[in-house]
Amino acid sequence: MSTDTYTPVEDTGFGKKAAGPVGWLDDRLGLAGVAKKNLRKVFPEHWSFMLGEIALWSFVVLLLTGVFLTFWFQPSMSEVVYDGSYAPFRGLEMSQAYASTLHISFDIRGGLLMRQIHHWAAALFVGAMLAHMLRIFFTGAYRKPREINWLIGVGLLALGMVEGFAGYSLPDDLLSGTGLRFVDGLIRSIPLVGSYLEFFIFGGEFPGEEIIPRLYMAHILLIPALLLGLIAAHMLLLVYHKHTQWPGAGRTNDNVVGYPMLPVYAAKAGGFFFVVFGFTALMGALVQINPVWAYGPYNPSEVTAGSQPDWYMGFSEGLVRIMPNWESTFLGHTWSWNVFIPGVGGLGLLFTVLALWPFVERWVTGDQREHHLLERPRNAPTRTGLGVAGMTFYGVGWAAGGNDIIATQFHLSINALTHIFRIGIFLFPVIAFIITRRICIGLQRADQNKILHGYETGVIERSPDGSYAERHAPLPVTEQYRLTAHDRLPALEAPAETDENGVALPHGRVAKVRHRVRSFYYKGAIDKPTLAEVEHADEHLAEIEGHPVHLGEDFQGVSETGIPKSH
Amino acid sequence: MSDEIQSHDSSSTPVRTEPVQDPGLQPHQWRPTDVDPAQERRAERQISGMFTVAALLFVLFAVSYFAIDSDQTFLNWSASNFALGATLGGGLLLIGVGIIQWAKKLMGDHEMVEMRHPARSSAEDREAVMADINAGLQESGVGRRPLIRNSLFLSVGALAVPSVVLLRDLGPLPHGQDETVWKKGMRVVNDVSGLPIRPEEIEVGQLINAEPAVFFPAEGEEEAEVHGHELLAAKSKAAIIVVRMRPEDITPSEGRENWGIDGILCYSKICTHVGCPISLWEQQTHHLLCPCHQSTFDLADNGKVIFGPAHRPLPQLPLGVDSEGYIIAMSDFPEIVAPSYPELARDQKRLDGES
Ligand code: HEM
Ligand code: FES
Repeated sequence: MSTDTYTPVEDTGFGKKAAGPVGWLDDRLGLAGVAKKNLRKVFPEHWSFMLGEIALWSFVVLLLTGVFLTFWFQPSMSEVVYDGSYAPFRGLEMSQAYASTLHISFDIRGGLLMRQIHHWAAALFVGAMLAHMLRIFFTGAYRKPREINWLIGVGLLALGMVEGFAGYSLPDDLLSGTGLRFVDGLIRSIPLVGSYLEFFIFGGEFPGEEIIPRLYMAHILLIPALLLGLIAAHMLLLVYHKHTQWPGAGRTNDNVVGYPMLPVYAAKAGGFFFVVFGFTALMGALVQINPVWAYGPYNPSEVTAGSQPDWYMGFSEGLVRIMPNWESTFLGHTWSWNVFIPGVGGLGLLFTVLALWPFVERWVTGDQREHHLLERPRNAPTRTGLGVAGMTFYGVGWAAGGNDIIATQFHLSINALTHIFRIGIFLFPVIAFIITRRICIGLQRADQNKILHGYETGVIERSPDGSYAERHAPLPVTEQYRLTAHDRLPALEAPAETDENGVALPHGRVAKVRHRVRSFYYKGAIDKPTLAEVEHADEHLAEIEGHPVHLGEDFQGVSETGIPKSH
Repeated sequence: MSDEIQSHDSSSTPVRTEPVQDPGLQPHQWRPTDVDPAQERRAERQISGMFTVAALLFVLFAVSYFAIDSDQTFLNWSASNFALGATLGGGLLLIGVGIIQWAKKLMGDHEMVEMRHPARSSAEDREAVMADINAGLQESGVGRRPLIRNSLFLSVGALAVPSVVLLRDLGPLPHGQDETVWKKGMRVVNDVSGLPIRPEEIEVGQLINAEPAVFFPAEGEEEAEVHGHELLAAKSKAAIIVVRMRPEDITPSEGRENWGIDGILCYSKICTHVGCPISLWEQQTHHLLCPCHQSTFDLADNGKVIFGPAHRPLPQLPLGVDSEGYIIAMSDFPEIVAPSYPELARDQKRLDGES
């Protein structure tokens, strides 16, 4: 192994040459102090920890390809006559923004590729952020001390979606104009100030002449700068808190086990950047996305049927579609609930719930400890159920956003579909919650069985009296530990309503509500076995002597094909 | 609160409470490449192979850049896009996979353990910081001089005034949301050809996308009266559809009996929901469906909403015929076109008063 032939870096030729400049830098920046702490920092490993990394790297891809696009893109709404190389449009009037997007696509070599990589990376960026957030949620990684990083994450997700929408609007093709028209309708629906906001944001009545230059500024300067700042804060907090890890042998709440930043983690993460970039580049090469020339320039009196926004806008779109057509007049004003509630309220509600959740859960559980071990989703059945309910809510909204496509694909009536979605948006999440919580509790029970009764080996034994039974064997101790390394359920005592003198306690009512919510939160969850139960089970498993075959140390059970598994 | 779960130091608990005790970190497992020099050399060759192929792909990228014409196609699509993307993406993927393989197969893979520390700072640090803050507050006298302090708050708060006022010129104040370019006597023209339309040209069941004549150059003119950028703004309110139904199918509401010509009616094309142009016409039912969120309007029944999230009926444009026999508008829309806005109720009342 290489450790035998190891030469300290300062004695190598390279080290000797680098010593001067490195020393020069440290004389001025004093970086060795920081580097000493961080170069060999330990990062734990798990596939789900890569989701955030995908988001990070796709953001970098967006920066790189976005800068390329700015070399030619012209954010102007003045009308020009097209004379580029896309023949069908020659002589047509269109905005400069659209003409320059055509120019990038048809006259700049590699321009189309960069546009496509940019758009694929945008879809991946938002998708990876969402998946990453779900992973954080379902494993309880947002718990103390990481609540602030969760909030930063919620901000990143919101900004990412706005950034994506701004980008989608820039080319000023028929689809992006239709999207802007939608946003204009949304803005107008804001009670009391809607018209003012419309005129100020669009620089006049829709479409005005200012919106694309303004969105451009937001898209390439304001929002990327905010994203960059938040991402930096996100990473710094990650390093400060150290990454969470899954419980397991030797992995406790007080340590972190994994590979050092230098070289393994840096190499894997760095390599992963190339993988993400390479993947988006291949997507850009092979799968068409947003072919703006197929839609034509924006024309407020045209629309393409079945026009769809980028996928992450589908949720709002769906809510808007299934909202009843309520509009009312009072105080001499028009209140467009039909647009305002789903359009502004839907995402507003989602982000508010996301931002508040860690604090709500902490209030419910009363848990003030720091958590660095991840929780398996099954061990928090109510949280997992609520998460799946939220996903279902989002999913129903999203599906409703494609109700016309669903209707034509499956030959259903759009009216019937809309009614199903209207009920489903409230009903399906409840069903999803109940089912998920049941499944979690079932899985908890299965874990408990494995510990108390061993696992099923697949070996069928015939007893002297002729009956058959499957032989059980105890789990390896590392596995047993992994399955029991979570918190025990707290004892739920109803709070006292009065003090010892019978006087009502000041916080009596709040405490009662909290107790009720807490009972709901822990309802049905199965606790891990007690020490006594496990000791009893051990004796029991050891006691069944007289097996005809000795299974051996390495035995891991029998697969379906009858071949013994082992590592 | 008494029922909060407080942190406790688990390592100092003497009694064993956990059902299964932590067996501790498991012994290191050697990889094939650690123990078998042949495997190690093979991995080395594979990885450097990937890097070399990646370099070759980047050279191919340059070749494709110069050699492929922008109009050449491959599988019906830009050959240049395919070649550039495949070489770039392939090369990047190979670099990435190579580095990760290097880390997995050849770099030292001993797991390391690092201890965590609570996120909070030590009690001494906290105290020291509080002391510093107190000293700062004391020396500044913020507490002792409320007059200065409060007037400072006032002035900084008043900074909101210039900040907001500065934004005033972002756009004009709302105006003209209740009017379009339509006026009495303006011809209705086909939205593609720009030609005026005679009632006889329209068959029962037919729908024509139309626009006001001012969107097209008048005879002998180069440019239309409304053109360039203003055209888009005007279009987003003035676009219309003209349909012909059997007169006996139509049930005009009071006062609208003479808004059509022998079953020819004209409606705004702009959805009253959030403003999509509507054009899906079902002849049999006289329904007009908006492609955006499926609001459905009954054109035989005054543009009434019969399904979907739109609330207001489609505004109708009263039609007439000019001396040359072409269809004209008899006024601007008597109802407000395009998505609702807060002052809509007020503006509509004014329009109703004018007519
Ligand atoms: C989080 C980050 C970003 C997201 C989600 C995003 C998303 C998008 C999307 C969806 C488009 C439409 C592309 C298309 O035509 O198909 C777009 C266009 C564009 N983006 Fe971005 N972008 C991001 C960052 C950036 C950055 C950092 C820059 C520049 C510094 C940039 C520059 C541009 C330009 C110039 C266009 C218009 C050119 C065109 O459409 O061909 N973007 N962006
Ligand atoms: S814009 Fe027509 S239904 Fe929404």
